[in-house]
Amino acid sequence: MHLFNVQKTLHAGKLTEKILKLFMATGNENILSLIQSLNIQHILLPVLPTKNMSVEIKDNEVDIVITALQPDLTSFMEDWRPIISQFHIIIVKEPGLEEDLQIPQGFDHQIYTGSDIQRIAGHTSITFSGHSCCYIGYLVSQKKYVISIDSDCLPARDKNGCVVDAVAQHIANLQTPATPFFFNTLYDPYRTGADFVRGYPFSLRTGVQCVLSCGLWLNLADYDAPTQAVKPNERNHRYVDAVLTVPARAMMPVSGINIAFDREIMGPTFFPGFRLPEEGKQRWESMEDIWCGLCAKVVGDHLGHGVKSGLPYVWRSASANRGDAFGSLKRGWEGVKLMEEVVPFFQSVRLPRTAVTAEECVFEIAKMVSERLGQSNAVFSKAAAAMIEWVKLWKTVNSQQA
Amino acid sequence: MASSVPSTPVLKEELDIVIPTIRNLDFLEMWRPFFQPYHLIIVQDGEPSRTIRVPEGFDYDLYNRNDVNRILGPRANCISFKDSACRCFGYLVSKKKYIYTIDDDCFVAKDPSGKDINALEQHIQNLLSPSTPFFFNTLYDPYRDGADFVRGYPFSLREGAPTAVSHGLWLNIPDYDAPTQLVKPLERNTRYVDAVLTIPKGTLFPMCGMNLAFNRELIGPAMYFGLMGDGQPIGRYDDMWAGWCTKVICDHMGWGVKTGLPYIWHSKASNPFVNLKKEYNGIYWQEELIPFFQSLTIPKESKTVQKCYIEISKQVRAKLGKVDPYFNKLADAMVTWIEAWDELNPSGGAASDVLNGPAKAK
Repeated sequence: MHLFNVQKTLHAGKLTEKILKLFMATGNENILSLIQSLNIQHILLPVLPTKNMSVEIKDNEVDIVITALQPDLTSFMEDWRPIISQFHIIIVKEPGLEEDLQIPQGFDHQIYTGSDIQRIAGHTSITFSGHSCCYIGYLVSQKKYVISIDSDCLPARDKNGCVVDAVAQHIANLQTPATPFFFNTLYDPYRTGADFVRGYPFSLRTGVQCVLSCGLWLNLADYDAPTQAVKPNERNHRYVDAVLTVPARAMMPVSGINIAFDREIMGPTFFPGFRLPEEGKQRWESMEDIWCGLCAKVVGDHLGHGVKSGLPYVWRSASANRGDAFGSLKRGWEGVKLMEEVVPFFQSVRLPRTAVTAEECVFEIAKMVSERLGQSNAVFSKAAAAMIEWVKLWKTVNSQQA
Repeated sequence: MASSVPSTPVLKEELDIVIPTIRNLDFLEMWRPFFQPYHLIIVQDGEPSRTIRVPEGFDYDLYNRNDVNRILGPRANCISFKDSACRCFGYLVSKKKYIYTIDDDCFVAKDPSGKDINALEQHIQNLLSPSTPFFFNTLYDPYRDGADFVRGYPFSLREGAPTAVSHGLWLNIPDYDAPTQLVKPLERNTRYVDAVLTIPKGTLFPMCGMNLAFNRELIGPAMYFGLMGDGQPIGRYDDMWAGWCTKVICDHMGWGVKTGLPYIWHSKASNPFVNLKKEYNGIYWQEELIPFFQSLTIPKESKTVQKCYIEISKQVRAKLGKVDPYFNKLADAMVTWIEAWDELNPSGGAASDVLNGPAKAK
């Protein structure tokens, strides 16, 4: 009787999802095998990645920001040419660098020097020395997305020996949704060949917008000074073929070496606020990007956006290792000590519902830094001040560009 | 600073391998080089009259439904029938510190270099090295050879937390639910992701029981696989249920859950139509269950896993009973399970007296 009804319904063209469910719920073996033999499939919309959470990013919406800490960028840019030449490039010259930059032909680029930095931000107390000059690049960019890679990094090769297009991977990460509310054990469910696993709630499968993509490094990993000093010869050879969303409320150390973000939404969270007293030009002698990353994660979590970590890799050359890690210990140690207070602080930050933009969030965080950490170390009160100045500067510069 | 484990201890006398089966155990032949040193606990589901042949040379105990009834008496009703959830009976009767559980359609996988993967060895490494649930390390497991904590990782957190669970993954047939299987019947997982990572504190995940190891002395009582299968309105959510309870309790106790390596080769795709029937309620109920577990708080005074678990059962009854009467039955079964656990594993061992806070990892 049931079987006849299924066939009748089919012929009438009236087999809807709801009716299919009813037939299947009967548990009738004949019906189930008929459905199977006819290959009738359920269309459960939430399973398919929905278009509204995926975005399309065009090349002209991206700025590549490069920091020049030494004048000759020729080999760096030649190595990256196939990957970055179709994008607009902002090159920020480290203010202390005197010689002219050497940049090969064929790149659509703009250079910002110390005098530009002075003009734009000289009235603030924010310093843009060393790697921190990249933030000027983020500030003046007029694009929606920024991708930034340190100039001592080259394109990496994957396990098959193919060159990794780090820019395309960052763009893919920002285009596809993030999944911060529940961990997917097969990592990024939007990658080809993967999906959400059994047990992943369907209501969470649309994901949220990804606003920050944190890449990794082969060869020289981003270690701090003590680790560098103890393991000077360690190289990272492990290519982990995964992108994953860092879950909501989980804090992480974001490295500025290989990073991409939605500048329009998250720009206010990237600034050189947390400066160590004797900061040097080596990455292991600074922590300002770690501070930004913690801000960005807190802000992203609050605004309901996602942060991804993993691919793409870049190859960080051993020339990044110049300098004496032991010597840096004296300088970098301060930062390492301060992290003990910084991390619990950010883990405890709760932003008010009224803060609905990154600017408002950063402003709130600055107040909390001042109140809760300001007393313990001048670095914190300076960071709080820098954050407030940055938000004002951001608003000014961006309204001028609008 | 992270120190690497030079060679993995075998833990022959400290680990039981628990295998639920209804068919046969032929798959053990492939695992022989890796499993033979260990004691096996085989939980035979389905009709007890059927004889399950165990390949020669393995040291094992086999329990069928008659044994379950005999050993647990009236409490046997908490152990599922006609569902692989019955495997948790094996955890109950084991006397070892560690458990590895694997499905009978899981075989030895090969790593990208073509070498056979000793899944058990990797699980042991995962369990014996600390986890890092309090701050995410972007280079994944910092205790692995060739890796470490990255710049910005607080030194006070570098000792890590004891690892309670090691959740492995699967190549070939991925662990998808029925709707996804129907939409993508041909998809195979061919991506070998060379990472072990700790799932951050406060984050839930879907725990699959196909390739799973855990420290039974720490978290055993939380590994109840629920009421599934025959006579129950739900199936294929046994491991999910255990995973959510386990993660909430691990978060409360300050222990870590790792996921990633090792991979096994999952050979059998189950029938998606059969699965859909089993999972149907689960797919709808999990929309309520996830918020429930995400907002679950366990009182500070609950300092043992058993007490935490009983707390959870109370909240299941209070908040999920209205979703479906099944959850009242499940709450009862959770209590029965703990009673059975305490009876078969009397206090005096390290497990029931672990105080809140990290235990020293070896």
